[in-house]
Amino acid sequence: MNSGPQYDVAIIGAGLSGLAAGIRLAHFGKKVCIFERHNAVGGLNGFYSLGGRKFDVGLHAVTNFVPPGVKGTALGKIFRQLRIDREEIALSPQKGSRVAFGPRGEAALRFTNDFAVLEADVASVFPKQVDKFGNVARFVRDAPLEWPGTRESARRFIRTQIDDPLLEDMLLCPLMFYGSAREHDMDLDQFTVMFRALYLEGLARPLEGIRVLMRVLLEKYRQAGGERRMKCGVRAIVAREGRAAALVLDSGDEVVATHILSSIGGAETDALMGKPRGDEPRLGYVETISVLDRPPAELGWGADTIVFYNDSERFSYCNPPDQVDVRSGIICFPNNFDYGLGRGLKEGLFRVTCLASYDAWKDLPDSTYQSDKVRWFDAIRKSAGRFLPPLDPDDSLERATVATDMFTPRTVEHYTGHLRGAIYGSPLKNPGGRTTLSNVFVCGTDQGMLGIVGSMLSGITVANQHILRA
Amino acid sequence: MTNEECKKAVLDIIADIAPDEDISNVKPDVRLRDQLQLDSMDFLDIVMELRKRHGIEVPEADYTRLASLDSCAEYLTPKFNALAAKS
Repeated sequence: MNSGPQYDVAIIGAGLSGLAAGIRLAHFGKKVCIFERHNAVGGLNGFYSLGGRKFDVGLHAVTNFVPPGVKGTALGKIFRQLRIDREEIALSPQKGSRVAFGPRGEAALRFTNDFAVLEADVASVFPKQVDKFGNVARFVRDAPLEWPGTRESARRFIRTQIDDPLLEDMLLCPLMFYGSAREHDMDLDQFTVMFRALYLEGLARPLEGIRVLMRVLLEKYRQAGGERRMKCGVRAIVAREGRAAALVLDSGDEVVATHILSSIGGAETDALMGKPRGDEPRLGYVETISVLDRPPAELGWGADTIVFYNDSERFSYCNPPDQVDVRSGIICFPNNFDYGLGRGLKEGLFRVTCLASYDAWKDLPDSTYQSDKVRWFDAIRKSAGRFLPPLDPDDSLERATVATDMFTPRTVEHYTGHLRGAIYGSPLKNPGGRTTLSNVFVCGTDQGMLGIVGSMLSGITVANQHILRA
Repeated sequence: MTNEECKKAVLDIIADIAPDEDISNVKPDVRLRDQLQLDSMDFLDIVMELRKRHGIEVPEADYTRLASLDSCAEYLTPKFNALAAKS
């Protein structure tokens, strides 16, 4: 029997980070196989069809958008490293987003792909803070693009610069919602990454959403000679003398690989090695999706792309005591990107995302789970509606809704295997990507780079550092 | 292989890994980094493409020898020729 390795690299998980790593490794001649338990690729940025319609799970918008010709940015790095032509993804820029605070969103800051818009709004809403805000922006501009991986507090830093708690919360809210795994705060490094990604750069979306990106990545991976095994999860990593000797698949078969790259999470990878998992707090989310018979603008909702809202005095970013925290959230209108003349989505889409408690959802009997979903669906939509122009007549939304769906932390855990359905993973990140086994590395969410761009960069970086350079 | 052919081989690689750069006027005696937007990830790719396409190994200690087109040619042309002689 041949006992040599079957693969140079086995990658666990066919999400963005696993695919990005796979493309790099296969392109440079490594024999690579990606093992994915689910029957579809995408991981936390998946997609599905329901009732003849296509839905995206993770993607609201691609961050880090810069127009063609702007160089030295994260997006450009990814395109180069994965040999992607910008045209293949065809990103359409956002129309404009908003942070809305107060019971009806009275305090508002707009931000678009032109940083001057946010600067002007800060100057008019917070005239005393404008120079201080400028200092924060300068600090972020000067910060290195690389990921130093320290756990300093972003809040503590902002408070040394900005002394208005409302502005502090309003600036942090979108950045935390789009990429903090830590309750009440975010790591300072992550703050600079996200400030740059959302405010200094911007948001965009391919017309067909995450599918476009997945299609391109899969095609690059296939062309480079990468292999992929779907509905083929990894059940265990067998260790011998400080190294992974083999992977045991769900089927019981064993696979031998020189290196293993795991994108399934730090604690989730530890569990494959038989180690007890940590119990640090993890943040859960619910999302409601409403399909409308017309674009939201025609309903009377204007052209907002994303609205980050909060009705309370302070912005509370933590596990809610109740099933859902409807006080704050994210509204996403995928229709409101500039797709170009005559191009657009066929139907209107209205997505609202809120913090949710995994514990409050996980053990419910099926009938209660379903009825709770219905109840919260209405509460979430109603709460979010306060931050949008009032509709006339006031049942317009109900009448325009042609289909709905909703996911909870339980759904996310079921389809992705991420502990507690935490889309941003553990608050303790592992920027180096090393594990206790010398040939096993972690990429993706728990390596520390989050979001669409972050996860691809994570796969690229870990593959470069630990396998291609080594 | 001549020095000029070697420079062309390096430029071909740069054209593929950084298609958004204009390489029509690269000055051979000026550092690549000073005229093109190339970072350490891109240089790693130049090294790996040299290995993949031409079988040429550049140890990490020698990465500085790839600073300009002239220095690339000086360092890589003998390697190209040694490989050609072997085959």
